[in-house]
Amino acid sequence: MYKILEARELAANIFLMEVEAGRIAKRCEPGQFIIVRTDEEGERIPLTICDYDREKGTVTIVFQIVGAGTRRMARLKAGDYFQDFVGPLGCASEFVNEPLEGLIRKSILFVAGGVGTAPVYPQVKWLREKGVDADVIIGAKTKDLLILEKEMEEVAGNLYVTTDDGSYGRSGMVTQTIKDLVDEGKHYDVCVAIGPMIMMKFVCKMTKELQIPTVVSLNPIMVDGTGMCGACRVTVDGEVKFACVDGPEFDGHKVDFDQAMKRQQMYKTAEGRAALKEEEGDTHHGGCGNCS
Amino acid sequence: MVHKAMRTEVRMDVLKKVPVREQDAKVRAANFEEVCLGYNKEEAMEEAGRCINCKNAQCIKGCPVAINIPGFIEKVKDGDIEAAYQVISASSALPAVCGRVCPQESQCEGKCIRGIKGEPVSIGKLERFVADWARENGIKPAGAKGKNGKKVAVIGSGPAGLTCAGDLAKMGYEVTIFEALHEAGGVLVYGIPEFRLPKEDVVAKEIENVKALGVKIETNVVVGKSVTIDELMEEEGFDAVFIGSGAGLPKFMGIPGEQANGVFSANEYLTRSNLMKAFDEKSTTPIMRGKKVAVVGGGNVAMDAARTALRLGAEVHIVYRRSEEELPARVEEVHHAKEEGIIFDLLTNPVEILADENGWVCGMTCVKMELGEPDESGRRRPVVKPGSEFVIEADTVIMSLGTSPNPLISSTTSGLETNKWKCIVADEEFGKTTKEGVYAGGDAVTGAATVILAMGAGKAGAKGIDEYLRNR
Repeated sequence: MYKILEARELAANIFLMEVEAGRIAKRCEPGQFIIVRTDEEGERIPLTICDYDREKGTVTIVFQIVGAGTRRMARLKAGDYFQDFVGPLGCASEFVNEPLEGLIRKSILFVAGGVGTAPVYPQVKWLREKGVDADVIIGAKTKDLLILEKEMEEVAGNLYVTTDDGSYGRSGMVTQTIKDLVDEGKHYDVCVAIGPMIMMKFVCKMTKELQIPTVVSLNPIMVDGTGMCGACRVTVDGEVKFACVDGPEFDGHKVDFDQAMKRQQMYKTAEGRAALKEEEGDTHHGGCGNCS
Repeated sequence: MVHKAMRTEVRMDVLKKVPVREQDAKVRAANFEEVCLGYNKEEAMEEAGRCINCKNAQCIKGCPVAINIPGFIEKVKDGDIEAAYQVISASSALPAVCGRVCPQESQCEGKCIRGIKGEPVSIGKLERFVADWARENGIKPAGAKGKNGKKVAVIGSGPAGLTCAGDLAKMGYEVTIFEALHEAGGVLVYGIPEFRLPKEDVVAKEIENVKALGVKIETNVVVGKSVTIDELMEEEGFDAVFIGSGAGLPKFMGIPGEQANGVFSANEYLTRSNLMKAFDEKSTTPIMRGKKVAVVGGGNVAMDAARTALRLGAEVHIVYRRSEEELPARVEEVHHAKEEGIIFDLLTNPVEILADENGWVCGMTCVKMELGEPDESGRRRPVVKPGSEFVIEADTVIMSLGTSPNPLISSTTSGLETNKWKCIVADEEFGKTTKEGVYAGGDAVTGAATVILAMGAGKAGAKGIDEYLRNR
């Protein structure tokens, strides 16, 4: 059993939880994920790590209610326990293993969309601790769904916030901000984009034109998370990869996003999609099969 | 008494096994209850009477864990089932499992002298009866003598790991098993379906017996990710390690359309049904309840996937590229599958999976095969019949082409050698690897094989570790 030390709602239907998990906190790196199971009947839910405290032995996760499993998770409070919490799974972000001399000279742009802001945070924080300042764009549907702005401000070089409806910060999609920054004369050696599949697809389309190598973090359907089931297979550069062990981060310019988006709908039936739309309302963020 | 004697006289044909009761094929095709119902005490004693108690018992030589088979059968004959159980459990930690899933026909029963002129003694069904009786009557295996203060880590809680851990605990070692999933049991839990191996009544109970010997099981630890073998030995004080991590990675064919929605590895399909309980209507885990399912492959796992899909309401085809004779699955499994209505498309090989405009499987293009010259495996090589292309209608395709070991451990452990199939190199007698203090066995070493062979390797590993630690 894994104790929840802190639980709070960051925005409507988006929750942050800090969980006691000594083994994971000791070894995890930015880019890796965990799998959580709420109780005996729960699903195995993969979530990218948002933060970790090696001394305290805790791992922080952020999730959005998207179905029955996450809804059950959201009911837990500080002091409650998760039945299972396993990790760290997948590979660390590539820069973690890069020689620091090279890394320090790089100009890096992070693009975070919606809940994708959470997995971007530990990467930017890690870089800041190594003395590398990265620029960060956070995109949200609307002001009320913006998360971790203050935390990100503390670790980012420049932070740009944009909302689809213009209710806060800049107005429009993250791709617009990328284009604006480059037009303003900014130069980036590498871009890391994490968010809804559809956002990553369009960021990659844009950065390909701008010739900025781009890394994306995929969160496909998984069961075990250790390479056993193959549910998370994704085509990268014509080759089949398992996101759980080969990823979750891949070269975004080589990912077959259309296939990946179709595979995300696998367990969503027509009725399921309708129910999802009703439940999610304004928080709907892709994956239903009707919006891409 | 008169009645019993008469019955025995009428039935008693010593050349034949006492038949075992099974659920009717039509009924069981729609449920997940166990297919084979097993012997009762009377039937078991009658069958035990067929054993001629050979002096030079061949059956023991056929058993990878060398159970004293005539010894336990003798006790069954006497009606002393508790004594029979102690004979078995001196050699095997998982008798209720083995009595159900061992390929006895090619092991103990394959060597039985009775089998020369008639049917061999039904050793598997007798083992199962004894183990079930012991469980129902609360009999536990004889425990450890005393602790010797040495710590051993076992990686994986499948048949190899449980056997190794059980044996070491009996010798007095302090054993901790590390399991990557949330539940102990490995393939016994995620792979083999409920209708062949009941999880709660059989698997969980045998794991409890191993725990009762003092073995600790830590779930949710992915060795190679959560902790490495080097750390276990250097920081956590383990004197030796046994790797029984199995062969978990699924193979795919690499044909067009394989990423379409509705194409699964048998691993995914079975894990969803077995470990995540998707077969149970009350479960929230989704699984494809296809109408027409094609299972590609002819091994035991293919039979398990096919029979699971059938029970979930589908018309199921097994698509296999060689003929019936070469089917790698056990004869009993093929027989059960046929009885239940699985359709066998033999000498058939898929070349492409067809998907509709939304990316969902709608069919599979196959070619007809014929058998040519034997290949290096000794089996006749299937070759494509020219111009034989045709389409099988299907909404779900399950790939059951075998598995390979997971590189998570070998790639994170210094000095641990693997071969070209990514299998850990270990000797057969003691499971000794190229790294000092590290032993391995089961599918992680051999590639996908059987439960009992993994158990045999677990035993060998325990012997190797004991020898190593006593001489260090």
